[in-house]
Amino acid sequence: MGFLTEVRWSPYVVGAGIGVLSWLTFLLSDKAIGCSTAFSRTSGMLGRLFRGRDRIESNPYYRQFPPVIDWEWMLVLGIFIGALLSALLSGDLDPRWVPPAWEARFGGAVLPRLAVSFGGGILVGLGARWAGGCTSGHGISGTLQLTLSSWIMAVFIFLGGIAAAMLIHGAPQSGGM
Amino acid sequence: MLTGLHRRRGLQLFLGLLTGIVFGFLLQKGGVTRYEVIVGQLLLVDFTVVKVMLSAVVVGMLGVHIMKSLGLVELHPKPDSIGSVVVGGLLFGAGFAAMGYCPGTLVGAVGNGYLDAAAGGAGVLLGAGIFAALYGRLQKRVLRIAQPRSLTIPELLNVNRWVVAIPAMVFILLLLWWIDGLGR
Repeated sequence: MGFLTEVRWSPYVVGAGIGVLSWLTFLLSDKAIGCSTAFSRTSGMLGRLFRGRDRIESNPYYRQFPPVIDWEWMLVLGIFIGALLSALLSGDLDPRWVPPAWEARFGGAVLPRLAVSFGGGILVGLGARWAGGCTSGHGISGTLQLTLSSWIMAVFIFLGGIAAAMLIHGAPQSGGM
Repeated sequence: MLTGLHRRRGLQLFLGLLTGIVFGFLLQKGGVTRYEVIVGQLLLVDFTVVKVMLSAVVVGMLGVHIMKSLGLVELHPKPDSIGSVVVGGLLFGAGFAAMGYCPGTLVGAVGNGYLDAAAGGAGVLLGAGIFAALYGRLQKRVLRIAQPRSLTIPELLNVNRWVVAIPAMVFILLLLWWIDGLGR
């Protein structure tokens, strides 16, 4: 079982594992892997607390995706547990506020990093719901089902992402970031 | 179809949790819970994210379409229009680069101890809430721009799914082989 304590696995092994996992979700749960709908549901749960039950229950989006705990919500909770377990087993648990690559370019101050992460998160939440899915729901599950819109989504995620990353970090010089 | 199993709500919640645990374990082992790896992909200096995604798609595609041909599973293509994925994809991509995580990997990143991902997660919740507030207005026009007649490529071309799936898998394998040769 030594492989469980390794820090990194080959990306091809990891990808193949996710592929096999997707067979099981279609077979056993009649579901495709996705993550961003759970964030919509949670935003509805928080909205019910802070903005009142009526505001949320009369919203057409929350009527379509009610703020309840479902299969996908449990999946997202599981991701936290699984990643924690993997990091603990390999000694790769590394609590920190600022990623080293960020620190090398923008310094180690915590607040700017959290602000940019939060702002990026708003765009990700808005974009994922605008498109109806994210890197997993469209990028993996949708493309493997040969959904036309998912293939286009995957291309535009990378077009937008590459452009923004080059703006933020500058185009990399040869030799790495 | 295992419809009896699909209807057992409590068991399905447990299966969802189990699926997530395996998914999170794999994401962490793949290194994609790391800001460096995501941003490195978008700067085209580290192709880990694309390698993980394309191998998942090619393996997933083979098994899911075999099971579909055998009548064991139903497909669930997302109903989104071309217009909505173009706009959503660009917004998502820009945020993806700034945050350095996506909705699934940010949760894994927090499990990995990367606490800046938690701020990103709060942003995703707010972004999803803003979208829900705008939905009534967007739904009538914007989200329906260029709605395809059918959702999947085989249905659009009116061909057997394997006529598209086999070339798609060959294309992905060739792409992976080329990317692997880049040595990044």
